Amino acid sequence: MSVPMIRLENVEKVYRTDRIETVALSGVNLDIEEGEFVSIMGPSGCGKSTLMHLMGLLDAPSKGKVSLAGAPVTDASDKALARLRNESIGFVFQSFHLIPDLSVLDNVEIPLLYRKIGAAERRKAAEAALERVGLSARKHHFPSQLSGGQQQRVAIARAIVGKPRILLADEPTGNLDSQMGDEILSILQDLNTQERTTLVMVTHDPRQAEKTARTIRMFDGRRVN
Amino acid sequence: MLRNYLTVSLKILGRRKYFTFVSLFGIGFTLLVLTLAAAMLDHVFGAYPPETRAARTLSVQAVRMQGKESTSTGPAGYAFYDRYFRDLPGVERLSLMTQPSTVVSYWKGARLKSILKRTDENYFRILDFDFSEGGPFGEADVESGRFVAVINETTRQKFFGAGKAVGESIEADGQTFTVVGVVPDVPVYRLLANGDIYVPLTTAKSDDYKTKLRGGILALFLAKDAGSIPLVQQEFKARLSKVELPEQFDRVYAMPETPFASVARLFFGDFESDSASGRLLALLLTAAFLFMLLPAVNLVNLNVSRALERASEIGVRRAFGASARDLMLQFLFENVIVSVVGGVLALVASAFLLAALNGSGLIPYAHFSLNFRIAAWGFGFALAFGVVSGVWPAWRLSRLNPIAALSGGTR
Repeated sequence: MSVPMIRLENVEKVYRTDRIETVALSGVNLDIEEGEFVSIMGPSGCGKSTLMHLMGLLDAPSKGKVSLAGAPVTDASDKALARLRNESIGFVFQSFHLIPDLSVLDNVEIPLLYRKIGAAERRKAAEAALERVGLSARKHHFPSQLSGGQQQRVAIARAIVGKPRILLADEPTGNLDSQMGDEILSILQDLNTQERTTLVMVTHDPRQAEKTARTIRMFDGRRVN
Repeated sequence: MLRNYLTVSLKILGRRKYFTFVSLFGIGFTLLVLTLAAAMLDHVFGAYPPETRAARTLSVQAVRMQGKESTSTGPAGYAFYDRYFRDLPGVERLSLMTQPSTVVSYWKGARLKSILKRTDENYFRILDFDFSEGGPFGEADVESGRFVAVINETTRQKFFGAGKAVGESIEADGQTFTVVGVVPDVPVYRLLANGDIYVPLTTAKSDDYKTKLRGGILALFLAKDAGSIPLVQQEFKARLSKVELPEQFDRVYAMPETPFASVARLFFGDFESDSASGRLLALLLTAAFLFMLLPAVNLVNLNVSRALERASEIGVRRAFGASARDLMLQFLFENVIVSVVGGVLALVASAFLLAALNGSGLIPYAHFSLNFRIAAWGFGFALAFGVVSGVWPAWRLSRLNPIAALSGGTR
């Protein structure tokens, strides 16, 4: 039996303030295999994004264990987690999160800045990633000069430039019209089928969830299927 | 990685023109004032011609005589040095000179004011004047009290225009001197070397000065080498106890030292300990630090308030593999870059301002300029400013929770 790419074992996440305790996730068990395209659905506040943050190593569970490719990461240091994120995970956000002060090419290069790679090689990889999403012609533009769909394609190029094994997309089409959304989903599907990139996508759109291999449903911080 | 930080910093600063301008203005103005102050202090106390042997030159500009009921602080008299300090071990030469005094000359119907200094032949052996005409007066001139004078370029110009001065006569303080040499102007703030007219001490209108323990004489000691300075100071201190003081005094304090230490001693009025120069240096550095503090706090504020604006960038960088340390270094680097650019602009501006000050005539014979030492101080100030004002905001920004940062928060 193969080792899952992402494994969550009995994961709980509780946010505490001085007065209240909010349980965001409770008893979540989840395996995502290498090369799988999984969507996560559920109403707002059900814990989808928290789940993504735990899988993306941006947050740590209050209880339980998170493993990537069989290696537990729950107790890893900030530096080790940063390295894992850099090498293994790519993020696509609903609101793109491109840095407005940097050109498209510079934005795409960001993940490679934290690797020991020369400037020429970085540039080449960024150009290839832009080519992959069909935006080579816009590489010297700034984000504000692009449409929403184009900005999301830049964000995908940034997510894949370091050739991560996992791509986490948090409502990647949420800010786009349906045609643009379909285009973005098609790029993600290609990455999954051609590169065997493991893909996890949070979505509210059942039409898009249908196009993924498996849908995980969340409700009140629990997995319901 | 440093190259990455540099490239990213320059790109971001280039795009954030308003922030960059505000930061550069604050930093540049602060560093401009500090660089000007450093340049002035350097020119007042540094080793500039004719004080090229500053590393082994010591001076006594004031002594303090103290008794039960009275205290006298000021320059010692000729007899003080002549009787007790002529043959100090470790000293190669001793020169005595009067305090510079303003004298009037009447020349071709004009009333001219000059700074007169009476001194001895050793003065021109300790100080390295570059004579443009003639040479110094010698031992024989001093011994026989010949009325000869060395004048500076400005005095030559005032008296003789562009013509030759050596061999000509000038009148000063009611006495007539024959010019034997012409030296460059020395700025008025270099008390030991400054003067318009230098004449032998023995041309004084009266010999009374030879018997006085107190009044009007400055001493210049040239040590055999820099290593002999402690020996000279130790022996000087030991000999102070042998000075026969006027009856109202029972103690005397003085020390051959650098001009900076002399000023520090006078500034604090501290003749008993040897810590005044350290304290003055600490005071100047503290003043510089405090002067930098206000704009630094402003910049800290500006940087921290930008956290909200840069929250998304911080979240993205963290998500794509930046550790907190990477981010801290990047933000610190950005701040240091702005500060160093501000420092360079301040250096350029201070060069222009110093040139303007020299040309204004506000400070007689001033020739302030920048040099490597001042540039190094300026660069040091800029670097210190960048680090001091950058560390806290960089630390704050790098510690932002990436999830909160991605959702636009700053917790």
